Amino acid sequence: MAETTESHPILKEVDPVIMPRADLVGNNRSFSWITEKICGIIEEKTPTWWWVCFCVAGFLASFTVVGIVYLVSTGVGVWGLANPLNWGWAIVNFVFWIGIGHAGTLISAILCLLKQKWRTSINRAAEAMTIFAVVCAGIFPVFHVGRVWLAWWLFPLPNANGIWPNFRSPLLWDVFAVSTYATVSVLFWYVGMIPDLATVRDRAKTKIRKFFYGVFAMGWRGSNRHWSNYEMAYLILAGLSTPLVLSVHTIVSFDFAVALIPGWHTTIFPPYFVAGAVFSGFGMVLTLMLPLRAIYGLDDLITQYHIDCMGKIILATGSIVGYAYGMEFFIARYGANSFELFAFVNRAFGPYAWAYWIMLFCNVVTPQLFWFKKIRSNIALVWIISIFVNIGMWFERFVIIVTTLARNFLPSSWGYFSPTIVDIFTYTGTFGVFSVLYLLFIRFLPLMAMAEIKAVSPAADPHHQH
Amino acid sequence: MSNKVYGLLARFDTPAAIMSAAEKVRDAGYKKWDVITPFPIHGMDGAMGLRRSRVPRFTLVGGSLGFTIGMSMIFFMNKFDYPLIVGGKPFFSPMFAFPVSYELTILLAAFGTIIGMFLLNRLPMHYHPILKYDDIHKSSDDQFFLVIENSDPEFNKAETNKLLSDVGSLEIQELEE
Repeated sequence: MAETTESHPILKEVDPVIMPRADLVGNNRSFSWITEKICGIIEEKTPTWWWVCFCVAGFLASFTVVGIVYLVSTGVGVWGLANPLNWGWAIVNFVFWIGIGHAGTLISAILCLLKQKWRTSINRAAEAMTIFAVVCAGIFPVFHVGRVWLAWWLFPLPNANGIWPNFRSPLLWDVFAVSTYATVSVLFWYVGMIPDLATVRDRAKTKIRKFFYGVFAMGWRGSNRHWSNYEMAYLILAGLSTPLVLSVHTIVSFDFAVALIPGWHTTIFPPYFVAGAVFSGFGMVLTLMLPLRAIYGLDDLITQYHIDCMGKIILATGSIVGYAYGMEFFIARYGANSFELFAFVNRAFGPYAWAYWIMLFCNVVTPQLFWFKKIRSNIALVWIISIFVNIGMWFERFVIIVTTLARNFLPSSWGYFSPTIVDIFTYTGTFGVFSVLYLLFIRFLPLMAMAEIKAVSPAADPHHQH
Repeated sequence: MSNKVYGLLARFDTPAAIMSAAEKVRDAGYKKWDVITPFPIHGMDGAMGLRRSRVPRFTLVGGSLGFTIGMSMIFFMNKFDYPLIVGGKPFFSPMFAFPVSYELTILLAAFGTIIGMFLLNRLPMHYHPILKYDDIHKSSDDQFFLVIENSDPEFNKAETNKLLSDVGSLEIQELEE
């Protein structure tokens, strides 16, 4: 090397320093250990805690059922909606749940494109979270239309009136965005699961298990000619889901931004909503995964490195959200529009100031704690902060929707929104619906992408031998 | 049932071993053979000499179809079949038709991709001769297999057997059709 540098003052080639990488599978676990561990979760006898949680979740879910039956039989007025507040908790909850879903797609699609291999141990569970969150989200707008039996008019289907939907409306864009999102998320989740379902099928002992896992595994046999097409398909799906997930929350934000109401009519909404969605979604991923990690002893698969990564994403997106809050105020002032400025001053100091400051504390202050490694390594604290993130993001939607509508252009129509018991029932119940679905997922489907984890474990590298 | 030979199956237990075996089988000129692994091994497509997957063609067809359907559906509905007057805005404009067409592009591209993957892989296929091997369930756990088919022009039971043992397989078995 010395001679070459002398004869050529400029180095022809510079070898970059190879940074040590964190092992994604702790303790150098073998392939079969991974299979045993993850299949073990669905093969063992149903644990007692599962039944307890399932019953509690089922009971909670019945709240939504009761709330909705009452609403359908009476009218949407039971939701505490009255002029000028026709978008109350229902739309808050819709945006809240759909936002939670976004982290799942972010983990599975965007991190896949960015070759962030740590995604492998959390992507399956996060995608499941996405799908169940979209299910919960869908409940609200569907029943908010009032006469739910006419909800199919949202779709471009021929009806007796001979009229088609108005495609200029962002609300209709939302119908397409959310239904596409739900469909593509399910497809992505299922395709990612096929090789693992084959593993479960190959280990199945009973006839029923052999049949069902067999049917859903599609006869997958791990052929490399198949893997080649499969990996290409998976990569393309990741490439399709990325613009999809960004467009979904962009379109959700159009529901507001396209309206002319001060406080909603801003161009910052699309990026601000997407960042907020990712932020809330990662909060929920941590809320779900940390207890599962403890219950099933998955420390070697969800390592401290994974938790650090998620903490840092929460920190980054939380800071973006904080920046957006500040920028909104600045533009309201700088834009010299008195209605716009009033809308923002009213948010922070008006009748809903309490909600604004809760939002600001949970979304801007608490995630800043993730700057510290000590806090990121304290699992209990990470879990508590993730709960704060969830609460904060619910309040963000509440602040955006309710404070804005409560103080519109005409002071004579100003109002104050209070949720009714039906609102509270329906919303609380969706956590039950979500938990029921999630518990069923844990019980019957492989919680982690075994094939993908094996592929990123150190032993899988063909050059790693000896 | 005639006991026609389907091919020879060899077992390996590390990614490195199956990788170098695949390279040698490729270089020996075999065409009808396959590698069975519990997870995709990085670089195996090259070691097997496989061409780039054709799945993207299906994606392109699906995506183009989705965009065309979206735009023409909105044109037909809001301008042609029942011109809808809203706020004096044009009956059709690619601007407001874009978000819905965009979503349909992604939706049909995703379906195209998945349908393409299943068609190219000829799945679902619930029976395959390699499933007759007793320990095949390990192929979805931690073992790696290489199968050379009888229908390959280069296939010769003795020579193929010798090749497979030379490349370091731990076990070789004959598979029936």
